[in-house]
Amino acid sequence: MSKITTRPRRDRSVLLSRTDRVVLGLMLGIPLIVVAGLVWGPALVTVALSLTSWDGIGGLSDIQWVGARNYVDLATIYPPFWPALWHNILWLLVLFLVFTPLGMLLAVFLDKELRATRFYQTALYLPVVLSAALVGFIWQLMYSRDQGLINALFGTSIDWYGDSTINLWAAMIANGWRHTGYIMLLYLSGLKGIDPSLREAAAIDGASQTKTYLQIIFPVMRPINIIVLTITFIEGLRAFDLAWIINRGRNGLELISTLVTTNVVGEASRIGFGSALATIMLLISSIFIVIQLRVVLKGER
Amino acid sequence: MSDDTAGHRRQRVHPARVVLHTFLIVISLAWLFPMAWALFNSFRDYGYTLQHGYLSFGGFTLDNYVDAWERGGFANSFWNSAVITVTAVVATLILSSCAAFVLARYSFRFNLGMLAVFVAANLLPPQSLLIPVYRMFRAVELPYWLSSSGSLLDSHLGVIIINVAFQTGFCTFVLSNYIKTLPKEIYESAMLDGASVWTQFAGLTVPLLRPPLAALATLQTAWIYNEFFWATVLMQSGDKFPVTSSLNNLKGSFFTDYNLLSAGSIIAALPVLAVFFILQKQFVAGLTLGATKG
Repeated sequence: MSKITTRPRRDRSVLLSRTDRVVLGLMLGIPLIVVAGLVWGPALVTVALSLTSWDGIGGLSDIQWVGARNYVDLATIYPPFWPALWHNILWLLVLFLVFTPLGMLLAVFLDKELRATRFYQTALYLPVVLSAALVGFIWQLMYSRDQGLINALFGTSIDWYGDSTINLWAAMIANGWRHTGYIMLLYLSGLKGIDPSLREAAAIDGASQTKTYLQIIFPVMRPINIIVLTITFIEGLRAFDLAWIINRGRNGLELISTLVTTNVVGEASRIGFGSALATIMLLISSIFIVIQLRVVLKGER
Repeated sequence: MSDDTAGHRRQRVHPARVVLHTFLIVISLAWLFPMAWALFNSFRDYGYTLQHGYLSFGGFTLDNYVDAWERGGFANSFWNSAVITVTAVVATLILSSCAAFVLARYSFRFNLGMLAVFVAANLLPPQSLLIPVYRMFRAVELPYWLSSSGSLLDSHLGVIIINVAFQTGFCTFVLSNYIKTLPKEIYESAMLDGASVWTQFAGLTVPLLRPPLAALATLQTAWIYNEFFWATVLMQSGDKFPVTSSLNNLKGSFFTDYNLLSAGSIIAALPVLAVFFILQKQFVAGLTLGATKG
């Protein structure tokens, strides 16, 4: 499309007065400066800083290039790194294998003409409006060792948020509570957009419900599938709030995002080191960002 | 509600339906339960639950709310949240509708790339920008009337602009999709009338953008109110924290009394719950807008 329309568009720009051009420049320029200056600029600086050793206290002249040393140190002499990476992977896997499929399943169920479907939907996506920090608070009432509901029900005395062998799982369940409704909502809106004749054709062919969904409807929703996939990955990577509100990402709840934060705002500000961690986050997320962009910008060309 | 006769006619009481409804009822109640539990206990006296355990019924009181409101400093943090959220949402919507208008209506060589720059910015992990943003904000000096800390760090303005920077991308994307669906003819006749670019934007486009702007405003209000990371790391003085990030500071004073914690959670959730129940349609529309391409 672009090739055909280039010419008339170029002609149109001739019609623009000088004022119009200035207005257009400002309308695009100001948002661009804000986004580039506060998001992209810092992202690039982070990558650059990850190759330096800098304590963040001295001036910029104190910056020394150390190449990949921060990355080597991360992998070899920084104990929380591998656990944090593993926690992030687990976090992703659980979202991906448990809560995303659950959201899909619920969307399929709620897509039928059911009585009280509105009630079910509202109940399921209510947690989506709550902040992850607040979710951490609310689940504290379930998880607390002395006053929590779970221990009161089962007569146990487990410190669900405190015990480093289980607190990650406790946090992941609380997080899943919020994630499921979001996925359900996305699929529900996708399912509403499916051409009904597709289902009718499948029904006429005698395909079972399960088969229709698995082989026809979900494949048709490819763009939504990819968006849900990337949202799940990006959310998994950005997981921070819940771990930070529980115990500032320590003692079993280390995540890459909390390590970055601890290294920067914590007592030992290791800028180069924190930047290397942040760059790893950037690199991993950029894979999914590219996939996401390809889907959402498709058809813009 | 679509539980009308049309759906009803086809089916008698089908065993599969009963199973399905049972499953959905169980899971819905399970999903509502944590909130309901917090609500229930927020009205109970601490002494009563201490004596009878949490698996009891009784000891109802409103004191927790009074107590939580005062000890949690909610009057202050709600004000901070309001300042940050309202300013950031308004600024985000203004900037993004401008950018979206230009990107959707005029074609440059780097149009798609530009849109990608906006969209992807929203998806970057905020933690990865922390170091430069933190240093930059600390270095920017502000007059005292704008920031009592003297810099962008530890100021509302700092949290506002970083939120704007993050959210503008998503809103630009949604709005530009919407503008592309507007009929071209209205612009052609406006141009024949000699309308300037600004008139075409402010007089013609913005009024037509009301539906997506309403959906985005609702969604962004909830998101920015819920924003935790930036406010946590950029704020230093206790009296400047908005509600969501002040939760972190409340932990110490609340975690010994779970009924107080419940009341505090409910208070903090009230604004988003109000948004959710009053503007549910807008909220859902906003959530699915970006994903389903307008």
